[in-house]
Amino acid sequence: MAMLLQIDGLTKAYGPVAVLQGVSLSLDRGQTLALTGESGSGKSTLMHLAAALDAPDAGSIRIDGMETGGLDDAGRARLRRDQIGLVFQQFNLIPSLTVAQNIAFQARLTGRHDAGQCAMLAERLGIAALVRRYPEELSGGQQQRVAIARALANRPALILADEPTGNLDEATGDAVLDLLLDLVRDTGAALMMVTHSTRLAARLDRRLHLSRGLLSPVPQGA
Amino acid sequence: MVYTAFLTLFSHWRRHPGQLLALVAGLALATALWSGVQAINTEARTSYAEAAARLGQDQLDRLSRADGRPVPLADYVALRRAGYLVSPVITGEIRQGDARLRILGIDPLTAPPEAGAPALDGGDIDLASFFAPPGVVLMTEDTARSLPSGLPPILFRDGVPPNAAITDIGTAARLLDQPDPSYLLVARHQPSGLPPLAEATDLRLVSPGTDNDVSRLTDSFHLNLTAFGLLAFAVGLFIVHAAIGLAFEQRRATVRTLRALGMPLRGVLIAFGVELAGLALFSGALGLILGYAIAAALMPGVAGTLRGLYGAEIPGTLSFDPVWALAALGMTMAGATLAGAQALRRTARMPILAPANPRAWAQASARGMRVQALAAAILLITGAGLALFGGSLLTGFATLAALLLGAALILPAALGLILRLASGVARGAMAEWIFADTRQQLPGLSLALMALLLALAANIGVSTMVGSFRGTFIGWLDQRLAPELYVTTTDSEQAARLLTYLAPRTDVILPIVSVETTLAGRPGEVFGQRDHATYRDSWPLLQALPDAWDVLATGNAVLINEQLARFADLSLGDPLQIADGVTLPIAGVYSDYGNPAAQAIVTLDRFAVTFPDIGATRFALRLPAADAPDLARALREEFGLSEDAVINQAQIKRFSLDVFEQTFRVTGALNILTLGVAGFALLTSLLTLANLRLPQLAPVWALGLTRARLARLELMRSLILAALTFALALPFGLALAWVLLAIVNVEAFGWRLPMTIFPLDWLRLFALALVAAALAALSPALRLARVPATTLLKVFAHER
Repeated sequence: MAMLLQIDGLTKAYGPVAVLQGVSLSLDRGQTLALTGESGSGKSTLMHLAAALDAPDAGSIRIDGMETGGLDDAGRARLRRDQIGLVFQQFNLIPSLTVAQNIAFQARLTGRHDAGQCAMLAERLGIAALVRRYPEELSGGQQQRVAIARALANRPALILADEPTGNLDEATGDAVLDLLLDLVRDTGAALMMVTHSTRLAARLDRRLHLSRGLLSPVPQGA
Repeated sequence: MVYTAFLTLFSHWRRHPGQLLALVAGLALATALWSGVQAINTEARTSYAEAAARLGQDQLDRLSRADGRPVPLADYVALRRAGYLVSPVITGEIRQGDARLRILGIDPLTAPPEAGAPALDGGDIDLASFFAPPGVVLMTEDTARSLPSGLPPILFRDGVPPNAAITDIGTAARLLDQPDPSYLLVARHQPSGLPPLAEATDLRLVSPGTDNDVSRLTDSFHLNLTAFGLLAFAVGLFIVHAAIGLAFEQRRATVRTLRALGMPLRGVLIAFGVELAGLALFSGALGLILGYAIAAALMPGVAGTLRGLYGAEIPGTLSFDPVWALAALGMTMAGATLAGAQALRRTARMPILAPANPRAWAQASARGMRVQALAAAILLITGAGLALFGGSLLTGFATLAALLLGAALILPAALGLILRLASGVARGAMAEWIFADTRQQLPGLSLALMALLLALAANIGVSTMVGSFRGTFIGWLDQRLAPELYVTTTDSEQAARLLTYLAPRTDVILPIVSVETTLAGRPGEVFGQRDHATYRDSWPLLQALPDAWDVLATGNAVLINEQLARFADLSLGDPLQIADGVTLPIAGVYSDYGNPAAQAIVTLDRFAVTFPDIGATRFALRLPAADAPDLARALREEFGLSEDAVINQAQIKRFSLDVFEQTFRVTGALNILTLGVAGFALLTSLLTLANLRLPQLAPVWALGLTRARLARLELMRSLILAALTFALALPFGLALAWVLLAIVNVEAFGWRLPMTIFPLDWLRLFALALVAAALAALSPALRLARVPATTLLKVFAHER
C-alpha cells in the first residue's frame, strides 16, 4: 500500500533563491513528523507545496497515491478540501463566521459534517462555551484550538500544521499540542508539523531538519 | 519639516495610483456635474435678466389691453396728447419652419431712458436708415445664424436677447403685419399735475414682475436642475470620502512613525491639508473642463425646453464666466474639506502608539452604523412631518432632501439586518459564509452603496414622476384637444366670412372666446365655451357636481382650472367673481397642465353678456378627421391664413409632446450620469478594498476553494448588494415620486398628477443596477481569479 504522503526530489526557487533543493520524505497514516529548521530554511514552503497550495519547480508530491503535480487548480482545491487539514501559525480563521461555523466550515464543504463530531472536538479542545463567539473575541490560544478543531472536523487523512504553537506561550502551546496529538491518534490521521521548538519536536514520532534546502533526519533524543 | 512630512505622506500615492485616480476622478466628476448644471443656470438667468432689461420689463410699468389684443393707436395718441410719457412697443414672432425670430419694435424717440434701447447707443447706426423703410434690425451674430427670410438689412449688436431682433416700431409693424402697439411702456416719472394714469385710460396698468416674468416661471426648472447637480455632487463626494478615508487609514503606520521620529502633529496635519488642497485644486480644474463640456452638450436641450415650456429664450451656446469657475472651485474645496474632515480629525486624535490596523477604519465605520441609523430615522420622521404639515415649495424640497439623506444613511444598517437574517436561514457553508462575509464588508462598501441608492432612488422617483406626467398628459391632450382643427382669424369681419364658409363643410363650429382678467386676486383668463357634447364627453374634469354640465349650460355656474382651485383654495359650490358684479358658483374643476395662469370657463351666452366687447375670432371645428388636412389647406388658400392660424389637432399634440419630451431630456441625461457616477463609486470602493480582502479570502482558498470560484463569489456578492440596494431604493424612489407629484408640482405649478407605477421600468433599472455592479466588480474579481498563489501564501507567512 502506498504511503499517504510521498515527496521525491522536490525543488523550489523564488527568483535566484533556491529554497528547496531535492527534498524527499514520506509519511504514512497514523504517523507524526516534526519539521525543524532556521527561519527562511524553507519549512513553510515545503508545507505549502505538500498542501498543494503552491506548485514545485521539479520533483513529485503524491498524496494517497495521487500525483498533485498533474492536478489543475480545481483538482488541487478538491484535494485540499477532501484530504488535508491545515493549521496555520496565525490561525487564519474566517472572521465573519462564529466559532461553531468556523469549525464546521470545511466539513460542510465536503459534505462530511457531523454535528456530534464538531461538538466533541469543541468539548475536548475546551472551546464548547465559545462556539457562538467570533474569532476576534477569542485569545490566541483559543483561536488556535478553533483552527485545530476545524482541521480535524473534516476527518482529513493528512494534517499539516505550520508552527501551530508559534504564537502561544509555552504552557498553552504544550496544552494545544497535547490535544492535537491525542486527536490525531484517535482519528488515525498523519501529521506533519513545522516547529522551531526542539522540545515539542521531540514529542513526535520522527524529526527532520531542513537546512539550505536539504533535509536531514534528526535522531530521536537529539 | 512639513515639506519632508508632505513628501513622505504623498509617496503613498505613487504606490497606490488606483486610489489616486479614484480620488481625482471622484472630485472631478462631482465638480463637473455640479459646475455643469450651474453653468447652465447662470447662462439662463443672465439671459432672462438681459431680456428683461432690454424690454424694460424689469423696471417699467406697461399699459396693455385686458384681452391681450393690440392697443389701438388712437389710445396711444390720446395719452401722448394728454401729456403722459408713454412709448409704443410692437412685439411678435416670425416663424418659418424651424426658424423663429422674436421682433421687438420700439420708438427710440419716445422710449423712456430706463427702457434702455441700448442697441441704438453704439454710435455707428445711421438713424435715417433705422427709421426709413426698409429699416434695419439689430441682433447678435448667434441669432443671425438661422433666420426667417424677408428681413431688412441686419446690424450685429451684442446685448440683444437671443433669438430676438430690435427694430424701429414702423419696421416691426410691417414685418408682423400689426399696425397697433402690443403695449405701451410707461416712463417712471410722469409730468406733474396729471391725474393718475389708471384714471386716464381703460388700458390695464401692469407692474413689472407681475406678468411675463420669465425667470419666476423658470425657477422651478432651475431648482430641479440644481437639485440634480447637488445630488450628483453628493454622490461624487461619497467616492472622495471613501478614497480619502482609506488613504488616511493606510498611512496610519507612516504617521505613527513620523510622529515617533519627532514630527509634531501640527506638521502632519498641515502636510495632509496641503495635499488635500492640491488634489482638490487639480481635480476641481479637471472637473471644470468636464463640467463646461457637459453644460455645452446639454445647453441646446435646455434652451429648447425653456423655449417650448416657458417661451423663454436663452442662447443654445455657453459663455465662460470666471465667477462660475471660481464658485465651482470653491465648492470643490469645500467638498474635499468635508470629505477629508473626518480623516483629519481621526489623525489628530490618534495616539502615537495606536496600532496600525488597516481594518480600524472599517471597524470604526461599523460602530458608526447605529448612529447613522438613528440620524436616518430622525431625518425620515422630519421628512414625513414636512410632507404632512409643510405647505410650500421650500418644504417640498426640504422633504426631498430629508428623504434622500435619510434613505442613504439608513442603508448600511438595513443591509446589515437583512444579511444577518439571511445568514440565519442560509443552508450550506458557502451560503452562510457569503452572507456573513458580505455583512463584514458593509462598512467598506457602504458609502458606494449609499451613492448607488441615491442614484437609483432618484432614477425611480424621477422616472415615475415623468411617466405619470406623460401618461396623464397624453390622456389630457386627447380630452382637451378633441376638435380636429383650430382656426384663428384676424378680425370679426374675417370671422363672419369664415363661419359662412365653414358651415357646410364641418359638423360643428365651436367658438372660443377669452378675456384676460383677474380671478381670485391673480392674473387669469375667462373663456366662453358652447355647450356641446365635445366638451361634455371629454373635458377633463377632476371634480364636478353631479349635473355640472347642465348647471353650466344655464349660464349660472363656472368651471375653473385646478391651479386656481388650489391657489385660491376654492371648492365646488364656492362663489367666484369673474367680472365686476358677476359672481358664479363653481360647478367643476378641470385639469389644465402646462398653464401657469388661473382660468375659468362659462357658457358662450354668459360670456357675451359679461364681456360684450369681445367677439369670437378663434374657432374649434369638428369634422371627420380624414377631411381635416384638406379643409386646413383650403382655409389657408381661401382666407390667406398663415400656418399658425390653422392648426391641426395632431400638430398641437405633436408639438406639446415634443415640448414635454424636451423638458425631461436634460433630467434623463443627469439621471444616467448620476447612476454612472454611483457605479464608479462602487468600482473604486471594490478596487481599494480588494487588497484588504486577501487576508480574508486566503484561508477560504486554503481550505479548498479555487480562486476562480472565489472570484465568482465576489462577483455574486456585488450583485447581491446591488439587488438589496435596489430593493431598498424602490420604496424610497416611489416616496420621492410621490413628493414630486403631490407636493413639489402642486406648489410649483398648481396641479397634482395621479401617480402611476411602471414595474417594467423598475425591471430595466434593476437590470441596469446589476450590470453596473457586475461591471464594477469585474475587474477586482478578475484580479482575484488571477492572483498568484504566492501572493495568497504571503498572507500566511507575513500576516499582520
